[in-house]
Amino acid sequence: MKVSITVNGKTHDGDVEPRTLLVHYIRETVGLTGTNVGCDTSSCGACTIHMNGEAVKSCTILAVQADGANLTTIEGLAKDGVMHPMQTAFMENHGLQCGYCTPGMVMAAVGLLNENPKPTEEEVRLGLEGNLCRCTGYHNIVKSVLAAAGAK
Amino acid sequence: MTITENKPTKIIGTRLLRREDPPLLTGEAKFTNDLNIPGALHLSVLRSPFAHAKIKSIDVSAALKIIGVVAIYTGKDLQSAWAAPMPCAWPVTTDMKNPPHYPLASDKVNYVGDGVAAILATNETASRDALDAIDVEYEPLKAVVDLEDALSDKNIIHKDLGTNKSYTWPLLVEETPGCVEEAFKKARYKVKERYVQQRLIPMAMEPRAIAAVPQPFGGDITLYSSTQIPHILKVMSALTLGIPEQQVRVVAPSVGGGFGSKLDVYAEELLCMALARKHNTPVRWVEERSENSHATIQGRGQIQHIELAADEKGKITAVRVRIIGDMGAYLQLVTPGVPLLGAFLYAGVYDIPKAYDFSCTSVFTNLTPTDAYRGAGRPEATYAIEMAIEALAREMKIDSFELRKRNYIKKEQFPYTAFSGLTYDSGDHLLAAEKAVKMTDLAGVRAQQKKQNVPGATKLLGVGMSSYFEMCGLAPSRVLASLNYSAGGWEAATVRVLPTNKVQVITGTSPHGQGHETSWAMIASEKLGVAPEDVDVLHSDTAISALGLDTYGSRSLPVGGVAIALACDKVIEKAKLIAAHQLECAAEDLQFAGGTFSVKGSPDRALPLAAIAFGAFTAHNLPDGCEPNLEAQVSYDPPNFSWPFGTHMCVVEVDTETGAVKILKYIAVDDCGNQINPLIVEGQVHGGVVQGIAQALFEEAVYDSDGNLKTATLMEYLVPAASDLPSITTGHTVTPSPTNQLGVKGIGEAGTIGAAPTVITAIIDALSSLGVTSMAMPASPQTVWRTIQEATRGGKK
Repeated sequence: MKVSITVNGKTHDGDVEPRTLLVHYIRETVGLTGTNVGCDTSSCGACTIHMNGEAVKSCTILAVQADGANLTTIEGLAKDGVMHPMQTAFMENHGLQCGYCTPGMVMAAVGLLNENPKPTEEEVRLGLEGNLCRCTGYHNIVKSVLAAAGAK
Repeated sequence: MTITENKPTKIIGTRLLRREDPPLLTGEAKFTNDLNIPGALHLSVLRSPFAHAKIKSIDVSAALKIIGVVAIYTGKDLQSAWAAPMPCAWPVTTDMKNPPHYPLASDKVNYVGDGVAAILATNETASRDALDAIDVEYEPLKAVVDLEDALSDKNIIHKDLGTNKSYTWPLLVEETPGCVEEAFKKARYKVKERYVQQRLIPMAMEPRAIAAVPQPFGGDITLYSSTQIPHILKVMSALTLGIPEQQVRVVAPSVGGGFGSKLDVYAEELLCMALARKHNTPVRWVEERSENSHATIQGRGQIQHIELAADEKGKITAVRVRIIGDMGAYLQLVTPGVPLLGAFLYAGVYDIPKAYDFSCTSVFTNLTPTDAYRGAGRPEATYAIEMAIEALAREMKIDSFELRKRNYIKKEQFPYTAFSGLTYDSGDHLLAAEKAVKMTDLAGVRAQQKKQNVPGATKLLGVGMSSYFEMCGLAPSRVLASLNYSAGGWEAATVRVLPTNKVQVITGTSPHGQGHETSWAMIASEKLGVAPEDVDVLHSDTAISALGLDTYGSRSLPVGGVAIALACDKVIEKAKLIAAHQLECAAEDLQFAGGTFSVKGSPDRALPLAAIAFGAFTAHNLPDGCEPNLEAQVSYDPPNFSWPFGTHMCVVEVDTETGAVKILKYIAVDDCGNQINPLIVEGQVHGGVVQGIAQALFEEAVYDSDGNLKTATLMEYLVPAASDLPSITTGHTVTPSPTNQLGVKGIGEAGTIGAAPTVITAIIDALSSLGVTSMAMPASPQTVWRTIQEATRGGKK
C-alpha cells in the first residue's frame, strides 16, 4: 500500500506491506534505528515516538495507519546539534545506563510534560508506567523528568 | 604542532557526567540489530513446544516453498558442523555429569525452547513465516519440573547419565572432626529454615541479537553479538566450531543490558557463525521477547535448607546448609558454578568458628538452563543467612539488629581470615548498619509502628534489614583453579600516550551500561595528569582489545580498572627514564605530579608528559636502549577477591485486606571502598536494589507441571515499572580495599544482594503480630494475603 509519512520533518512516500508495524517502517524503511524494539506485547515502551505530537508506542500501530502523519523519533529531538532539555536532563541526572530503553523513555517523558508541565514525583512515576527500564531502577529517570520540568 | 600543557587534576571521586550518554540519548548509538549488513540472511530458530519429547520426524518441505526461504537445517543436518559440544567452562567436580549440548537438538528435546531447526531466509518475515510451516512430529515424555522430583530420579532426563544429579559439591570446614554436629548438640538456640529462590528471567531490555559476517576468502569471520563476553566468546566459538582462533573476531556493539544473561555462549551465536561460513554470506538473528524468556538463560532456582546453632548470647556456633540447585536442561557456560559463588557466604557478615557444613546438589530439569544472573549465588546466600538470622532473633525473642551486632565481624578483625580460609580485605559492618539505622530513623519508625499496628488495623507497618558481604572482583586465578574453573580471573589493559598527548586506554572489560568509558578515562586522567576528555577508551572488539576476560561478577573496576592504573604506572616509569635523559638527571631524582616530571628540589627543571610523549614518538633523543613510543600493557591477576558490604533497610506498609505491599522508604548504605564516580555508583545501587525488590515482590518464571512457561511475555512476567517503586535513599561508608592501589571493591551486584531479604524481613515484621513468620517470594498480593489467612486461621503453614 502507498503511504506518505513525515518523519522528523522529512516526508517519505512509498509502498509498504500492509502488515508492517510502524516501528519496523521507521527502522528498516526510513533507516532510523534509534527507536528500539524491546518486546512483542506493547509492554516495554522502547519504541515510543511522537505521532502528530502525541507519544505513542510505534509497535502498536501499522505503518499504513500512519499515512499522512507527522512523526518525531528520538533522532528528531535534538535541534542544530543541541540536545533537547529532556535529553540534557537525562544526561545530567544519570537517567540512563545501557541506553536501550532511553529513546522511548525520553520520548514518553517529553510527551508527559507536554500534557502536564509540572508533574509531582508520583505523577511522573504513573506517567511513565508504560515504559520499562531494567538498569536504573527509575530513580534517576524520575529525577531527570522532574529536573526537565523545572528547567522549562 | 601544538603540545598542550599537562594540568594537574583531581578527577577520581567526582560526579563526571557520562561520555556514553549523548549517542544513546540521540539514537545514534548502534546496537547489534541496528547494524546495516548488506546481503545478510536472517536466521529463525524453530523451538520445541514440549519440555520433554522425542523428535519422531521433521518435514520442512512446505516451509522450503515459502518465497525468501533459502535453507532449513535440522539438528541431524548440522551434526558435522560442530567440533565440540557447547561449552561449560566450570566442571565443578571431576565427576560432574554434563550431557552433550548442541545448538540444535537431534533426537530429543529437553525444554520448551530447545532448538529443533534453523531457517535461513532473505528477510526476517520469511524466516519467521517458515516457523509455522515446518511439521515436527513429537512423542511427548514426562517432564521433570520440580527439583525434589528431579532428585528422586523417577524420571531421568538424560538417560545416558543414569541420573538427574549433575554433581554434589561439599564444603565442610571443621576445627575438629565432628565439631559441627557437636555444636548443634550443645546449642542453646537452633533454627532450621527452608527457603525457595524462585527462577527469575533476567530481561535485559535489549533482546539478544547477532550478526556473523564471513570474509569471502581465507575463512576469517566477524561475529557481532549483544554479549557481555566478547573475549570468552571468541575462544569458545573457535573451539566449538573448529575454527583457528585467530580467524575469529568478536565485536560487542552497544549492548542493552546483560545482568549475566549475556554472559554465555549461545546456540544462536554458533548457528549464525556455522551457517554464515556454510553459505559464505552474513547471517543475522534477533530474538523476540517471548523467545528471550525461553532461549536465554534464567537465574536463581534453588531450594535452600539452612540451620544455625547459637549459644545463650546468640553467638553463632555453627552453620549447616543444604542446597538443591536447578541447572535446567543443560549446563551453559558457568551454570554449575553459580551455587559455588554463594557457597562461602552462608555465614554472611558474621564471625563464626570453623564449624561450617555446606553442600550443594544440582539437578537437571526440563526447563530453560539457568546461569549467572545479577549476584549469581551471592543474593541466594545472603537471603538465606539474613532470613535465618531473623528466625534466630525470633527464637531468642530479641531484636534482630541486636543479634546482628553480637555476631558482626568487628572492624578491628580486618583483614579477617574466615572459616573458609578466604581473607576478607576490609570492612566496618557496624558503621554501615548504624548509618542505615539512623537514615531510616528506626526509633521513629518503631514508635509509629506501635501506634499504627494495633489490633484490627489493616495497614500494618514493618521495617526490615539485611547486612551483606559480596565476594566480588572475580577473581584470583589460583583460587579459581581450586574451584575447577577453566579460565583465570585476570584482566588486561593497554595505555598508550599518542604523540599529541592524547591517551588511548584499551581494556578487556566489556561494558553494557556500566559507564566504563567514563570511569576508565577518569582513572587514566588522574594517573597521567591529562584531561579526561583527552582519554579515549576502546573496548569490546577483539581486534582492538585482544586480551580480556570481560564484564561480570562486579569485577570490572577491581580487576580491569586496577589493570589500567597499573598500565599508567608503567607508562609513567618509561616516561620518567626519558625525562631523566632529557633533563640530564637521575630518574630517582624526578617526581611526577599533575602530568609533569620535575627534579625534586628544583621545580624549574621540569618536563610535561606532553613533551615526553612527542619525544617518544619522534625518537630523536631517547636514552640508549629505550624503545620509541609511550605505551604499556598489563595483565593483572588480583591477589584477592574484593569484599564490598553494607546494610539495607526498608519500611513497608502491608494492607492485610488485599495483601498489597507498599515500600514507604528504602535505605541502602553500601561500602564499595573508594568510589571513582559516585554518580555511577549510585546508579548501580538504584538498579541493583530494584532487581532485588523485583525478586522479593514481583518476578517469577512460573512453569506448569508439564514444563510450560506461563510468564513468557512482559504481560505476565512482572518487571516493575516506575509506578511500582519508591525512590531509593543511598548512603555510603568508605572503607578502601587494601589489596589494590585504587582502594576499590566493585558495586555492580551489591544492590541486588541486599534488597530481597530487606523487603521480605520488613513484610514479616509488619505481619508479626498476626503470627506470620515466613513469606515466599515473590510476595505478591495473593501470596501475602494467603499467608495472612493461614497464620490467622491457624491453617496450613
